[in-house]
Amino acid sequence: MTCCCEKTESALEKLSRLEPEKTASLNAFLDQLPIGKDVESNRAHLIVALHQAQGIFGYLPSEVQQIIAERLKLTRSEIYGVISFYSYFTDQPIGRFKINVCCGTACFVKGANLVVEQFSRELKIKEGETSADGRFFLGVLRCVGACSLAPVVMVNERVYGNVTPAMVSKIIADCKD
Amino acid sequence: MKIKKPSDLTAKVAELRAGLSGKTRLQVSLGTCGIAAGGSPIAAALRKHIAEQGLEKKFEVVDVGCLGLCYCEPMVEVKSAKGKSIIYGHVSEEQIPAIVAAGASKTAEGLEALKTSLYYPEEQAKPKKKVVQTRIALRNSGRINPEKLEDYLLQDGYQALAKVLSDMKPAQVCDELVESGLRGRGGGGFPTGKKWQFAAAQPKGQKYIICNADEGDPGAFMDRAVLEGDPHAVLEAMAIGGYAIGSDTGLIYIRAEYPLAIARLKKAIEQATAAGLLGKNIFGSGFDFNIELKYGAGAFVCGEETALIHSIEGKRGEPTFKPPFPAVRGLWGKPTIVNNVETLANIPAIFRQGAAWFKSIGTPGSPGSKVFALAGKISNVGLVEVPMGIKLRDIIFELGGGIANGREFKAVQTGGPSGGCLTAKNLDTAIDYESLKALGSMMGSGGMIIMDEDTCMVNIARFFLEFTVDESCGKCTPCRIGNKRLFEILDKICAGQGTPEMLDQLEELGNVIKDTSLCGLGQTSPNPVLSTLKNFPEEYKAHIFEHRCPAAVCTSLLNYTINENCIGCGICARNCPVNCISGLPKTRHHIDQSKCIKCGACMRSCKFAAIDRK
Repeated sequence: MTCCCEKTESALEKLSRLEPEKTASLNAFLDQLPIGKDVESNRAHLIVALHQAQGIFGYLPSEVQQIIAERLKLTRSEIYGVISFYSYFTDQPIGRFKINVCCGTACFVKGANLVVEQFSRELKIKEGETSADGRFFLGVLRCVGACSLAPVVMVNERVYGNVTPAMVSKIIADCKD
Repeated sequence: MKIKKPSDLTAKVAELRAGLSGKTRLQVSLGTCGIAAGGSPIAAALRKHIAEQGLEKKFEVVDVGCLGLCYCEPMVEVKSAKGKSIIYGHVSEEQIPAIVAAGASKTAEGLEALKTSLYYPEEQAKPKKKVVQTRIALRNSGRINPEKLEDYLLQDGYQALAKVLSDMKPAQVCDELVESGLRGRGGGGFPTGKKWQFAAAQPKGQKYIICNADEGDPGAFMDRAVLEGDPHAVLEAMAIGGYAIGSDTGLIYIRAEYPLAIARLKKAIEQATAAGLLGKNIFGSGFDFNIELKYGAGAFVCGEETALIHSIEGKRGEPTFKPPFPAVRGLWGKPTIVNNVETLANIPAIFRQGAAWFKSIGTPGSPGSKVFALAGKISNVGLVEVPMGIKLRDIIFELGGGIANGREFKAVQTGGPSGGCLTAKNLDTAIDYESLKALGSMMGSGGMIIMDEDTCMVNIARFFLEFTVDESCGKCTPCRIGNKRLFEILDKICAGQGTPEMLDQLEELGNVIKDTSLCGLGQTSPNPVLSTLKNFPEEYKAHIFEHRCPAAVCTSLLNYTINENCIGCGICARNCPVNCISGLPKTRHHIDQSKCIKCGACMRSCKFAAIDRK
């Protein structure tokens, strides 16, 4: 136990030490936001700031949430409330290869759930999890709008169409660092 | 050139017309679906071929948005300067020389062209088909380069805005829209003109107009097609709306999942601002209007207008009770109009051609046309825009090409997770807002998921409820807890643990959720359950009383067995991920049911049809 009057490292200091470049980039973005004293109008920048931060860090660690909270003069709890509400945001690091199986209605009626099960078996992770080696993340999406190619799998930016469970191992093999 | 008055626009268009090259256009559909199917390499290969052959004077390659023929992407349309058009589907790089050699005068040798009459109804003097499309919202999508303002101007772009700003008072604009009978295309079907009148009647001061581009209904992609294929139409409509209600600020709330639409909108806003079609003193009328983009972050409930407004304010996207309606107290407490993309895309045409013209299309209660996204087990997956009042049969079997792989039509889900299913006996229903509601479904955004005999209706209801449970914001109890319980009941039925009383429970609970939820999401969420329960009671009963899934979908109720066709090749055993298939070589194999995980790998690998699934 350290004494509470001893100076502890702030979120910004910790993040700057661990991820100096990314932190600088986040700060640069926050600097150009027209932030004022009025919390109501600051709040309007929250979602765009979170999008930006997640784009930089890949996820939203608690230090990032703290920095954004301090800048926008909002509470941490409110920020966490927003992050947990929207499915786009995550506070957990996710795998380098983001395998997202579209489970929109069109893909579902064409058997997307079988594709998810097959990925889950081969990667030994459940939907929403990242593999222990940090390579793969398995998720489901609600419609990417490419319904003519159903079922659709997206690996990062790459789109695979008309996917069958038999194609799963090939898709995984395509993921090379 | 900056357009400062309506005559500048006329002059600009005349200049563009005079400068038209007369080249044959090779149009490549590059919406999200076209790109995903490999449209970009085709466009690049076309450009390379034209350059290599020195045909730049005869041909130009144009990147266009989505024409709605998603099932045959990548596609190339050859269009002569006189408007003659030939469309090729599933184009490969090897076919390019033949396509270019044939030009617009004849179909390339060895290739088959698609029937363009379905897509260019107005250019077909005597339509041979009785069912053709009526393209209003999609009129430019897939025909112009969405990244060029000039292309939009050549299609009478911004003429409606010029006319409204120079000839009409704001009140007249609202009246004209009321007269046209346009209703919200995003789901509810509220008269758009009335909405504008409410906001216009509010005291002067800051007001907002928001374009709802948070297309969350899985299986509906018409808004994406409009935004990617004709972004200026949306901007023009928003400016008209801004003038009508007295607002100088428009916001487009768009899903972050649509990066291409975002990029094209950004570009369109820049172009319109640079040309003086947005910004200060538009057409010299003294009217100022600017448009900003706001991003969603993945929440279906944000399609509900009050939730959407909260999301723009940077809060959790939870809906609030109406009234007060957003037209009275909306974004930051100011009067706000929220209109869907497709609704807005109709507006420039209405002001160019008049309310009477618009009313002449469709039905008296639902004038105009509607875009439907056909997906699922249908041959021609894609977008069709048809007059309201058309029969379901004509959409599915004429325009949609019927059911894929020669299977039987079973049902169609309209309105996404908020809608219900229609069956074969509803095929001759004339489709409009009221008729769908009367059948226990709804128009919704216009997604149509077509299902065949291999689709289990209980499983589909369970799928939609899983979606609703995921997407419920959790604010009101009936939706948060009620839907969860509905889902659990359906899950049990699909797992073969259903009991007879569950049928009544589903109905009772469904009706309570419908009657007591706060917003549209909750009030419509039991629709998929109630309508499948009403239309397919025998499927529910088969699951509950016979522990059988008639469509052979629900895995817990299925057994894989090996029949006498088995020659003992062993390929199934090698493919089985849990090693539950055994047998000596060249003898009939056997599946250990206690270990089988019902993944179907054996059935897919068997070449002798020796695996049964029941």
